[in-house]
Amino acid sequence: MRTYHQSTRRDLNCLKSDMVIKGRSGLGKSTFVNTLFKATVARRKSGEEEPLPSTTEVKTVSSSLSEGGVRLNLTITDTPGFGDHINNENCWEPIVSYIEAQYGRYLQEEQKVDRLLHIPDTRIHCCVYFIPPTGHSLSSLDVEVLQRLDKIVNVVPVVAKADTLTLEERAAFKERIRADLSDHAIKVYPLQEYEDLDDAPENMKIRERLPFAVVGSTTWHEIHGKKLLGRRSNWGLVEVENKSHNDFAYMRDMLIRTHMQDLIGSTAERHYENFRRARLSTKTTSKVNIVNGQDTDHMEDLNESKI
Amino acid sequence: MAAVAVERPPIDEKIRTLKLSGHVGFDSLPDQLVAKSTQNGFTFNILCIGETGMGKSTLMDTLFNTSFESNPAPHTLPAVKLKSHTYELQESNVRLKLTIVDTVGYGDQINKGDSFTAIVDYIDKQFDDYLQEELKIKRSLSAYHDSRIHACLYFICPTGHGLKSIDLVCMKKLDSKVNVIPVIAKADTISKSELTKFKQRIIQEIKANGIQIYQFPTDDDTMAKVNTEMNNQIPFAVVGSTDFVRVGNKMLRARQYPWGTVQVENESHCDFTKLREMLIRTNMEDMREVTHQRHYELYRKKILETMGFSDVGQDNQPVSFQQTFEQKRVEHREELQRKEDEMRQTFVLRVKEKETELKEVEKELYTKYDTLKREHAEEKKRYEDLKKRLDEEKAEFQKRKHQVATQQLTSHTLTLGKTKKK
Repeated sequence: MRTYHQSTRRDLNCLKSDMVIKGRSGLGKSTFVNTLFKATVARRKSGEEEPLPSTTEVKTVSSSLSEGGVRLNLTITDTPGFGDHINNENCWEPIVSYIEAQYGRYLQEEQKVDRLLHIPDTRIHCCVYFIPPTGHSLSSLDVEVLQRLDKIVNVVPVVAKADTLTLEERAAFKERIRADLSDHAIKVYPLQEYEDLDDAPENMKIRERLPFAVVGSTTWHEIHGKKLLGRRSNWGLVEVENKSHNDFAYMRDMLIRTHMQDLIGSTAERHYENFRRARLSTKTTSKVNIVNGQDTDHMEDLNESKI
Repeated sequence: MAAVAVERPPIDEKIRTLKLSGHVGFDSLPDQLVAKSTQNGFTFNILCIGETGMGKSTLMDTLFNTSFESNPAPHTLPAVKLKSHTYELQESNVRLKLTIVDTVGYGDQINKGDSFTAIVDYIDKQFDDYLQEELKIKRSLSAYHDSRIHACLYFICPTGHGLKSIDLVCMKKLDSKVNVIPVIAKADTISKSELTKFKQRIIQEIKANGIQIYQFPTDDDTMAKVNTEMNNQIPFAVVGSTDFVRVGNKMLRARQYPWGTVQVENESHCDFTKLREMLIRTNMEDMREVTHQRHYELYRKKILETMGFSDVGQDNQPVSFQQTFEQKRVEHREELQRKEDEMRQTFVLRVKEKETELKEVEKELYTKYDTLKREHAEEKKRYEDLKKRLDEEKAEFQKRKHQVATQQLTSHTLTLGKTKKK
């Protein structure tokens, strides 16, 4: 109980969650984020035709949300221009370097002599990857990008605009995507090798549903006296929160209600540590202690120099 | 070809506060955190400092309601030593790894000047171990068993007068390294009125000497009132007991005297319940935080600065840890190289010296050998001459002998002839 209280007051007051939303333009990323957090988190330039950026940009928007005494500082990073060009070689570079820059910033602060007590955490906790609903399989660009991203950040693949596919088409598409992911050894979140035994059955269920087929909407409609979020068309209403219509509710539950803490924790513990290890090892490759044949302990080396 | 220019993301400096139009669900985050922490288990390390026989082990037993196996220490130890034991306790589904560190032999020596060095060294070593783990390239901070001391209970002798000088000196040394909580031990030896005066004296002396004991946090609204009240009651006068006595129809922890029974859990008898409340039930987490954020950071800063690291380089440019480390490494290598060269030179010199020495000895030996050989040859010749002469004499003698023999024979025959003529 006490931890609950204390964590509400202190740790979560500065709880930050960073998400990167990636995908080609027009896939409904901003709408999706707004639906997820039920607030206009991502600003959409509706109506105006924005000139397509000539490079893949990385844009971040920070907002502070509060619910039930819990305050969440949410940062959404969007990647307009990704995959929109004719030649998309290296379009993932700005994104990868952005993610690594955040890790680098944290590492630098952590290593300072006079460091802050609460290091501002701008590391990306989750990357939502939007797959266009072609109905075929993962494109080569998707494969390339996912292969590079899954090693540095938690990746959650999502099929955007799922209302263009019927349920059978959806199931087949998901099958093919899952096959593609395993063929190319792309590890998406939740990671199988790091999970605890308690979470295993839950995570299995989530993995069976990957990638989530979502529909986003911020317009409310009234049906039988109930207010629902959905997309209305001539032949019917696609409800966002209806589990039989799309996987939005499952995704939202996983992302926010059950796995948010794990996303933040695993970024700090695994991806950040991997980055740190790689970064510190490259700087000291020429100075491996030959006597022990292992990485030299920093302190040992420093103590040696005092002899 | 799409240019690969990395644009620095324009971060929205003003974080906007948004209103939610529905239930999102991240208010379950504290629950997620709690579940995660409970799964990992908690660690808590207590250091008990006090003279032998103060009742430290008994108090620990009483606080945690178990009996930790510990033998009472003798009074004859030559120096202060620290003994630490780790126990795994479990209550409902919360696991606690408790480490209790005891000072053995504190205050028993004639010269108590060095009493606190062992304690300070121990605390520093725990910080050092953590710092080493943190600086490693391949580290696992979440799996690391945190052995830094979170709370230090300092047991004050119930003399009734005030703090002893060793108490003041020791607390002063420790107040910047660990959360010091002074307690009055064996409080059943002091009466109520004496106790209030004693407490006042202690607080006065602590303030006069500038010792910063641990204050319970008062910034949290829910606990602020209780904590401020408790802060005024420090030091807690405690009584510990491992014996249960039947009082009324319950078995309570108590100490039974002929004139009455001191109940440990009775608020009017002693402050034990307050100590337990503050130490375990309310502020355990805060103590861990303060240890990590204040004491450990202070230690880390000091150590890194003594090693020559700083955040600002020579030209007042911000220097990263890596750069300084690289510099030091290069310097160190050069130093080692220099030493190696020096040693090699001295080695070469020594070798030359030894060589010349050996050569001379060799020469000497040769000359000796030559003379000896010559002498032997001369002696041999002499003896051979002698032998030759002897041989010649022998031959001469033989010849003469033969001559005489033949002469005798002829003379003999002559004489024979002579006698016949008559």
